[in-house]
Amino acid sequence: MKRDLLMDFSVDKENKAISVKREFAAALPLVWEAYTKSEILDQWWAPKPWRARTKAMDFREGGYWLYAMVGPGGEEHWARADYLKIDPHKSFSARDGFADEEGNLNRQMPQSRWDVAFSSAAVGTLVTNRITFGDLQHLEQTLAMGFKEGFVAALENLDGWLSRR
Amino acid sequence: MKRDVFQAIADPTRRAILVLLTAQAMTPNALAEQFQMSRQAVSKHIRILRECEVVEQQKAGREIYYHSRLDKMKEIDRWLEQFRQHWDSRFKQLDQVLTNLKAKQNET
Repeated sequence: MKRDLLMDFSVDKENKAISVKREFAAALPLVWEAYTKSEILDQWWAPKPWRARTKAMDFREGGYWLYAMVGPGGEEHWARADYLKIDPHKSFSARDGFADEEGNLNRQMPQSRWDVAFSSAAVGTLVTNRITFGDLQHLEQTLAMGFKEGFVAALENLDGWLSRR
Repeated sequence: MKRDVFQAIADPTRRAILVLLTAQAMTPNALAEQFQMSRQAVSKHIRILRECEVVEQQKAGREIYYHSRLDKMKEIDRWLEQFRQHWDSRFKQLDQVLTNLKAKQNET
């Protein structure tokens, strides 16, 4: 019997944040690696049918991860995550935004902040992902964008947009 | 200025008003009595909620009643559900990746 792993999803509108807690059936160092090594990130960061492809990864404070989200039709959306603070095997935070292939941030587009914390749990490892949006307008923008284009397009937009979170 | 649902719920007083109005339609007076703030302050929140189109007013005789629009509230739910599903599928992939990594570790 495989029991469902915990996933807790909550919205903190006041602080413009969404929090996703999830348990993984693996030891903490392995989960940490999966979050911080690009060759592993590429295997899971993009929800299907999208896939992630890393161009550059420098996991240290002040370094960044430059990656593309590649769609089923080969379309590419580039994103860049700048690592702000790293506390090995405990937590890291980053600022994520749209970029171009050279890693130049697109400041017209929404950015978000990730605070990811790791702790050992009975089942293995508990990861708390807190995603803070700089401005509630960005959430609204995304919402408006999505619903105008219809449901399918909305999903694609969300895929593209959310995948940069 | 066009407002939308996220502005409606960005404030704790407005969330409380929405909760009350979802339970039942209320007059401005009845609503204001629920809050420790001036009637003007409550009116301002109601005005924003109406501009966001999550609250409507209806006249019954000489009284005005406010009620919430559930269809609008559902927009938020739907968006959040997509967001949730996105993370859910991402994490299921990570489950698989971790299983593979563990298997590899055991081999060596």
